[in-house]
Amino acid sequence: MIKGKQSLEFEQAPYLTFAASVAGKKEGEGPLGALFDFVETEDLFGESTWEAAESAMQKIACSLVLEKAGTEPEDVRYLFGGDLLRQGVATSMGVESLGIPMFGLYGACSTAGEALTLAAMCVAAGYGEKMLAVTSSHFGSAEKEFRFPLGYANQRPLSAHWTVTGSGAFLVSAGPERRCREKALQHVRITGVTTGKIVDYGLKDSQNMGACMAPAACDTIIRNLKDFGREPDDYTRIITGDLGYVGQSILFDLMRGQGYDIKRNHIDCGMLIFDQNLQDTHSGGSGCGCAAVTLASYILPKLMTGEWQKVLFVPTGALLSTVSYNEGASVPGIAHGIVLEHIE
Amino acid sequence: MDKQKQQEAYKNYVKHKTPVHSLPLNMAKAFVTGGAICTLGQVIMNFGRNMGMGKEVCGSITSISLILLSVLLTGWNIYPRVAKWGGAGALVPITGFANSVAAPAIEYKKEGQVMGIGCKIFTIAGPVILYGVFTSWILGLVYWIWKQWV
Repeated sequence: MIKGKQSLEFEQAPYLTFAASVAGKKEGEGPLGALFDFVETEDLFGESTWEAAESAMQKIACSLVLEKAGTEPEDVRYLFGGDLLRQGVATSMGVESLGIPMFGLYGACSTAGEALTLAAMCVAAGYGEKMLAVTSSHFGSAEKEFRFPLGYANQRPLSAHWTVTGSGAFLVSAGPERRCREKALQHVRITGVTTGKIVDYGLKDSQNMGACMAPAACDTIIRNLKDFGREPDDYTRIITGDLGYVGQSILFDLMRGQGYDIKRNHIDCGMLIFDQNLQDTHSGGSGCGCAAVTLASYILPKLMTGEWQKVLFVPTGALLSTVSYNEGASVPGIAHGIVLEHIE
Repeated sequence: MDKQKQQEAYKNYVKHKTPVHSLPLNMAKAFVTGGAICTLGQVIMNFGRNMGMGKEVCGSITSISLILLSVLLTGWNIYPRVAKWGGAGALVPITGFANSVAAPAIEYKKEGQVMGIGCKIFTIAGPVILYGVFTSWILGLVYWIWKQWV
């Protein structure tokens, strides 16, 4: 059902039945380390390049989620996947062997939201019983793509983010999947989505992505509240993707300016995944993998048990390329909202 | 115009919100790091002089030794840590330049000897070389004109 300007409320809310998280060494040593399904201590994941390592992560994440569900790839109707690399090559290489009809997506670090939105929409519309959503990012490949070679000696500004090495895969189903090898997250349902629009406040600093994305997060959160006629307190948590410490404080200010206070129930995946002081990650984690692995390992179990009843999950993305940045263009932001609920 | 003003206001607000490294502390660290690298250079230089080598030979040996050291430390992933602490103190001396050439060579090796290392080895150092040569050409021209007049 169409809700307001940018949202959908599902009458037959799809189930987010299974999730798998794959993470690198640094993430494994972080606060969420013990919650990940798979942690590789060697960041090359047995491959010879960062790009191949990222593909390997996606492959492991997809295999894990299918294994948990006891589902064969042929039973999955469509796959929605994306990453940060040029032409989304990590996804193309990563999911190739699964042979699932796929849509390659790019929404920078918001891709997890984009993939889950489309998967949920497809299931709710009856276009298939099962959809797979997967995203990934890798510190090595992202640094190489967007910044400098890893060995280059420089000082990162305090507003900079640390790209998460990780991949999260999610199975979105029409039913609760009660007869599976592993217990399904049978109480977690995607009840609505708010698709974000591109919001650009003209900032050009790619080393301060939190500030570039905060206006988009603010826009999507407020849109969601208005479209559904809700107040911030209707959500147990409002969880942004990777605004980090800088972005969070800006988001609070922007929200307050619009008459909303989300200080009590806001958390940010980029702030959860690393220990800022011990791991020297400055503003926090980022990347397509950041929101995805935090959702899979930390948020969904809490929704499953009912500790959290209703959550607004808002992965955020900074839509820049190295070319647009060099040509002096600004860094626009985007954020997609997913309403996740615990339903008995 | 209104949008421009809004963007400017947001830029200023973000600047005010964003934490930055302490400048005096960074300068002190850069002084110590840069000083240490230059002292090491002087030690090599003096050693060479004591061995009875000429001044120019000693200069070359000092540069080459520092470059070798920097490249090795880059390969062992130690130099980035030095620069993280020392900032410009590690970037400005010849060791920083060597690092900026070695790092892309290591990173892009996977893309092949020609398209990888060959094309990308100077991605960071390239501008320094280009504008360094260009500036010396300009200065040479100025010097030449000066010589004609004076």
